Order: sequence, then C-alpha cells, then structure tokens
Amino acid sequence: MAYNMKEIIATKPARFTAGHRMCAGCGAPVVGRTVLRALKNEDYAVISCATGCMEVSTFIYPYTSWTDSFIHTAFECAAANTSGVEAAYKSLKKQGKLPEDQHTKFITFGGDGGTYDIGLQSLSGAMERGHDMVYVCYDNGAYMNTGIQRSSATPRFADTTTSPAGKVIPGKMQNRKDLTQIMAGHHLPYVAQSIAVNNFKDLYEKSEKAIYTEGPAFLNVLAPCPRGWGYPTDMLMEINKLAVETCYWPLYEIVDGKYHITYKPANKKPIEEFLKPQRRFKHMFLPGNEWMIEEFQKEVDRRWQELLDLEEITNKE
Amino acid sequence: MGIRERLSGNEAAAIAMKQINPDVVAAFPITPSTEIPQYFSTFVSNGQVDTEFVAVESEHSAMTACIGAEAAGARAMTATSANGLSFMWEQIYIASSLRLPIVLSLVNRAVSGPLNIHNDHSDAMGVRDAGWIMLFSENNQEAYDNLLMAHRIAEHKDVLLPLMVCQDGFITSHSIENIELLEDDKAKAFVGTYKPEHYLLNKEEPIAIGPLDLQAHLFEHKYQQATAMRNAKKVIAEVSKEFEELTGRKYSFFEEYKLEDAEIAIVCMNSTAGTTKYVVDQLRNKGIKAGLLKIRMFRPFPTEEIAKALSHLKAVAVLDKADSLNGAGGALFEDVTSAMFVNKVQVPTVNYVYGIGGRDTTSNDIESVYNDLADIANKGGTNDFYRYLGVRK
Repeated sequence: MAYNMKEIIATKPARFTAGHRMCAGCGAPVVGRTVLRALKNEDYAVISCATGCMEVSTFIYPYTSWTDSFIHTAFECAAANTSGVEAAYKSLKKQGKLPEDQHTKFITFGGDGGTYDIGLQSLSGAMERGHDMVYVCYDNGAYMNTGIQRSSATPRFADTTTSPAGKVIPGKMQNRKDLTQIMAGHHLPYVAQSIAVNNFKDLYEKSEKAIYTEGPAFLNVLAPCPRGWGYPTDMLMEINKLAVETCYWPLYEIVDGKYHITYKPANKKPIEEFLKPQRRFKHMFLPGNEWMIEEFQKEVDRRWQELLDLEEITNKE
Repeated sequence: MGIRERLSGNEAAAIAMKQINPDVVAAFPITPSTEIPQYFSTFVSNGQVDTEFVAVESEHSAMTACIGAEAAGARAMTATSANGLSFMWEQIYIASSLRLPIVLSLVNRAVSGPLNIHNDHSDAMGVRDAGWIMLFSENNQEAYDNLLMAHRIAEHKDVLLPLMVCQDGFITSHSIENIELLEDDKAKAFVGTYKPEHYLLNKEEPIAIGPLDLQAHLFEHKYQQATAMRNAKKVIAEVSKEFEELTGRKYSFFEEYKLEDAEIAIVCMNSTAGTTKYVVDQLRNKGIKAGLLKIRMFRPFPTEEIAKALSHLKAVAVLDKADSLNGAGGALFEDVTSAMFVNKVQVPTVNYVYGIGGRDTTSNDIESVYNDLADIANKGGTNDFYRYLGVRK
C-alpha cells in the first residue's frame, strides 16, 4: 500500500503525545512520534530511553508523554535496559506467564552522546546478542542536553562549547564517526539511516521495517537542534531536506548485508547550502576560511562515493 | 531432613539460584564469582531452569539488564565481585531507587587498585549507602540459606528493595564444605512465585519508570526508600523465623557466640567469624571469657540490638575487612560505635583493619586481638582505637 501520511495520522493515534517540553524546531520529537506511529495499533510496546533531551523533556515526574510502557535509568545503557526487558518478555512468554496473544515490541531511543559515545558498548552488546529490538539514535550531533558539547557525531569544524571556534583552533578538528557503518559491521538483519523528510515517508517506512524485522535493528536518524546548530526554529524541515540533498546525510538501508540507497539526489547540492544557515559553521564563511568548506565538501563526497560503491558491491550477483 | 552435599560457596549459590529458577539472569565473568554464572548457564543449557540467561558485555549492563527485566515483571538475578560491583555502581543506586527487588550474589573481593583478586570487603563497603539490603554469610551453608530467603525479603510489599548476599571470595566461594540443601520442591514452595503489582509488560496498565525527579518529589521518594529499609528489619526477622521452622537453621540479625557471659568480644562479618569461633573456644578452655558477635544483617543495620548485645562487655574489637581511608577507622567500626553511643552504651571499643587483599587472618592473629582486648579491659580503655592487624609496617 502506498504511503499516505494523512491516512496514517487519522488511523493511528500518537503514542508520543503532546505536552512534552522539547524545544520548538527540535528534530527529536518528530523522530519519536514517527517511529512509534509505525507500530501496529494492536501491538504494545516498551520504550527505553537514554538520559538526554528526549528523556528529561518527556518524563518529568509525575507526567509522561509516552502512552506505552517506558523505562529510563541512565545515560550509557538504554540498550542494556531493553535487553533485560526483552529477555524478561521471552522468559515470561515461554513460561506462559503473559497472555499468548500479547505482541510486544521493544524500541530504544538515545541521542548521539548516549549512542555514539558513552552508550556504544551497551549498544554493541545488545545488538550482538540479537535481542528482538530496535535502537533508534536521534543524532543531533552534540551533547545538546548539557549545553552543546562536542561528541564523536559532531561534524568537523562545528563550533561547540567544548570545541569552540577560537583564534587558533577553528572548531572541532576531527571528522564525525560513522555509527551506521559500525552497526553494519554487526551484520544485523536491518540497519538504516533516515531523517524526517517528504511527509516522513522515509522514516516511517524504515521504522516499520525495523520494528517488524525479527532480531536486532538499528536506525540512525539525523535530528537537528535549533539551539546547538543555530538555525531559525521554523527552518527544521528545510534543514532536514538540505542534509539529504547535499548528501551530508544519505538515506539508505542495509537489509541482510545488502546496501540500498533509498534516495539519490538528481542534482547533489554543494555543502555550503547545508552549512550556511547554521550558526555553528558561521566561522567557515569568513574570508580566508574557504579551505574549511573545501575539506568539508571533500569528506562528504568521499563518504557518498563509498556508499555508492558499497551498494554496488553488495548487490553484485 | 534435607539433602547432604559437599559444595563450594559458588556452587551453593548456583544451586540456590537453580532452585529459585529466576526468569532472567544477566551476568558477566569476574574472579572469584565467575563460577556462579558458569554453573548457572549449564543449568540453562540443559533445560533445568526456565531462565533467559543474558551474557552481557559488562557488569554495568548486567545490572542494567536486571533492572530492565525486574521492571518488566520478571525475577532477575546476577552475581559479581569487586570491580564488577564498582562498575555497576551507578545502576546499583538506580535499582534501589526504582524499588526493584533484584537479588545479587556478591563474592567479596578487594576493589582495585592495584589489581588484586583476593578477598576483602572493600567492594561491599563501596555500596553500603546505596539502598540495598546486605546479608553476610560465614560459610557456604549461610550463603545458600541467605539466597533462598532473599526474594521473600526483597519482594515483600513493605520492602521492595534489592538485596545482596555476600560471601568471602575464595575463602568460602572456592572451598568445598558439607552443606545441607533443601529438596527442590520445598525450596520452590518456600521461595514462592513473583507477582509484581506494576510492571512494564502489563499491557492493561502501561507504566513509566525512571523519571526526571526534581525538587518537588525526589526528597519524598528517598524518604520512602528509607522507610522501606526500616521495614525490612521486621520482614527479615519474619522470613528467617519461617526458614528456621522449615530447616531448623536459626538466623537472626547477628549471631551471638558465647557472648552472653563474655567480658571481651570481637565483632566481624563473613568467614572470619569461623576462625574467631575456634579461638573463642580455645580461650574459653583457658578460662578467658571471650565472645563473638557476627553480623549477618549489615543493611539495614540493627543499631539498637547490637548496642544491647555489647552493653555488658569490658572491651570490644570491631574487625573491618576494608578501610574507609578517612583517618578514623573502618565502616563497620563507625556503625557499631555510633550504635553504642546513641544507645548510651559506654564500652571501650577498638578497630582493627585486617585481611586486606586476601591477607590470611590466622587464629593467632585473632588471639592477639583478644589479648589486646584483655589489656584494654584491664586499663579501662585506650586512645589507640584505629589499628591494623597483620600488616607489615
């Protein structure tokens, strides 16, 4: 059936409800709501969340934005929490201690700090053990909850509070880690990279696949942050689009080892168009700093080509 | 009559877990507790338990997975030692704050550094304020018995706190001793089934746990934890009584060994109590009125009862198998002396830090403590109350 956003919204009530306290123009709640919409109405879910913006803005005692069961313990271990919940489900189900017709799905959310960095170990462990779960990283490219500190997901040259663009050092000096590729190295049944564009079609469809693929699945979703990136709050969807059109954030999935790029821009836009509206890259546009934009472009091109190659290699007969 | 067996402390713990048949076990190897998940995974592989065994990638994830499982509505257990417990530390606090009755078998070992794999109590002392019930075990039998009682205590509606059963690494964990086991059916009947009131997997009543809990509520939640810890005392007494009726083995908050008419006494925990009992017997043969108070229930701490039990003595030595490195003495010493102070018990009391990093504590060492106590009793006190036993200075 063709994707129809209006119909989906009309027939599937939001399981991530209004009233949360995330910022206007933030990408993360859009991700949360879209992922959960991909659940079948009759299915129940247990959500686990790492400490971060999403957790502290959606579950402030005694209020919660989550209509399904929800658990949070700490920053680095959302995947391990889900491991325990999923193991309990398997065990209780096997022993007949849960209703036979109850289908429960396990979805975990973590920001890039809680996923690329401090939570990488527990994520890797949970994925390797093969729990039937989906881990969703909402990647906003820095520790936004504590005030915009650099993470290993922060792009090169970005101005953050722990990689400030100064007189000697022009922002973060290292390229970003490619977590989606690290997850691909775990040889999971389903790995995908997505973003909220085009009426959320890409994200919805990949979420649905991730949730209904048996075994561990990983979704890496770019989730812009107006405070950390420095764009006007009404520009969220435009920024998302630019991330894709410039190939800064390629949309692709890996199903049983086969790469599939789900969107290839007809005319790949220059990276400046993505960088320009963002305050964190402002210094890159000062006279004399043209080399930064060139290097940034080179890295984007290199990674895009690598992805094209991987798609070709893995689909060879 | 139970089943006569010969088992190591780790085997005893694993057998107890087999009889408990928890829904989930998540564990990570660390000496000297490694054998517990090792034995247990054999039970899993051979279909002798219904448990899902989660072979996690770290102790942090072991405790986190136990939290997830217990919150989901399952009975979850784990085992660890030393640095493993240190690595769990963050989640140890979270487990108790979420009021999840997880049971942990702690095989006590020195916390690094430098690295040492042998026994002392520095791991347990590092979590003494974390809101866990802590039971100590002199030998394999006690480690087994305490584990069988653990869920009944932890899961009681007035308690709902996690519980750890401690035993000494290598000294009891790897020593084979005679033990009396309960028959499987009797053990299972005693432990009972877990029926949580609220749990994540209940589709009829979704819940959210682990909120951001700010100034308006955290204080009250901590008070509830404190209240639960106070309630645990009564429940531990009740469950121990019921266990005694079933097995004939009596467990109190602490064991008094020839203490009633003693003039001098040692207070200690775990295996050293065995050595101390031997020395007490020797001294009694010589007409010296020596006694022992062996603490089983360290958290909650039986303040009033301990003060009362020590009130008639002329001198007391508290043995700490971990130093608090505060320049003033070990944790048990501070707990015992403040218990005495608030209950107006004035007995000269001295602290010995001993057995660090697995240093043997011989009967001669213990005897030297009693000799010191006789001297302190004669003089009516000492200013030198913070001492080391068996260290080369």
